Amino acid sequence: MQCPKCHAQMHTYNRNGVQIEQCSNCRGIFLDYGELEALTRLESQWSQPGPPPPAAPQAYPQAAPAAPAWGAPQGGAHYGGHHGGHHRQKGFGRMLFSS
Amino acid sequence: MTAYPLLAELSRRAGAKAHEATPACPCGAATLADRPDATVVRHADTVAKAHAPGTDPAGLTPRLALAARLPDILLAPLAPAPAALHGRLVTFWPYGTPVDPDDPDLAPWEAAGTLLARLHRTPAPTALPQMRGPAKAAHAVARLRAAGPHPAVAPVLGAWHTLPAWARAEAPMPDTTTLCHGDLHLGQLVRHPAPDGPWRLIDVDDLGVGVPAWDLARPAAWYACGLLPPGEWTRFLAAYRAQGGPAVPVDGDPWAALDVPARALTVQTAARSVTKSLAEGRPLDEVEQCLVDACARMGSVPPQLTAGRAK
Repeated sequence: MQCPKCHAQMHTYNRNGVQIEQCSNCRGIFLDYGELEALTRLESQWSQPGPPPPAAPQAYPQAAPAAPAWGAPQGGAHYGGHHGGHHRQKGFGRMLFSS
Repeated sequence: MTAYPLLAELSRRAGAKAHEATPACPCGAATLADRPDATVVRHADTVAKAHAPGTDPAGLTPRLALAARLPDILLAPLAPAPAALHGRLVTFWPYGTPVDPDDPDLAPWEAAGTLLARLHRTPAPTALPQMRGPAKAAHAVARLRAAGPHPAVAPVLGAWHTLPAWARAEAPMPDTTTLCHGDLHLGQLVRHPAPDGPWRLIDVDDLGVGVPAWDLARPAAWYACGLLPPGEWTRFLAAYRAQGGPAVPVDGDPWAALDVPARALTVQTAARSVTKSLAEGRPLDEVEQCLVDACARMGSVPPQLTAGRAK
């Protein structure tokens, strides 16, 4: 479709299931009927749990952050408990401070 | 033969620089580092660093100038150009309080992520050389090859050969415009003014243009190898993303961008560990063995191919 304001081409994006048309020239956004309500609903879902510092763990509270296939088994699994991990104790002072 | 006169003269110069403004000297002095690649001394609030032998002034000078231009990200030098001393290049810096290696809970992961994102988003000056990360990894591997037989040499070299040529410093990097630190670890952050000013990045020797994911790759490698807990890794990555850092996508799995550099830094750290253990005639410790084990696993998993192109 064409932008009603500047008549440039508009492109469709999908954001969390909401279709949004954005103008490639003036960056204006066109919302279909009900889309503003859908966005507002998503926003309130997002802000309900309070400030989200570590975003990934909040979305998937049980999951560890992604790790590569060659990583140690189960990523950070050495760190059961709060500040567990003897690797951490030994590695921190030396490994994490040198080139 | 030359180390002692260098250290003595470097200490004298640091003292002279420290007292340009205040002639009395009630202060002690300390050697902060005395390694083959750098000698660093402190006198009161002034630090003098003798850079590695053979450091090219044409590379160091624009790096120093950049630090002077970005005082909100990098610690600013006290003098705009390096001085010559006993065949070495010397630079002068204000003293900053480093990260405490004995207190992992106080490590400034948010500051590290934030400062890197700001650095990566700063337009690079045209005169800046390439970031030296891949060159340093290649150097560590060359030293391992020369160090002699060891059961860990084969898996480390095997992992090295899974890497694309640019990550082995055998081809230009796929990104030649993004400003990078080149050697990030927790020893590269200080608070200035000491003891509780804002955190700044130090050590401009490897600064340059290149693939910004390299700067995230050491914490990424520590996390992958089980040396850094997931919470700390998440804090670092989230802070980087919150500041709009361009090295990884804003959300989702960052490993398409991190995989190659994190492999390279795991190989580099494993190579240095094995070389060191051979020189000291001792077996690998647990942490070093974790790195070698990760290298062994890399051989069976091909690298992800999108590194350096994430936006």
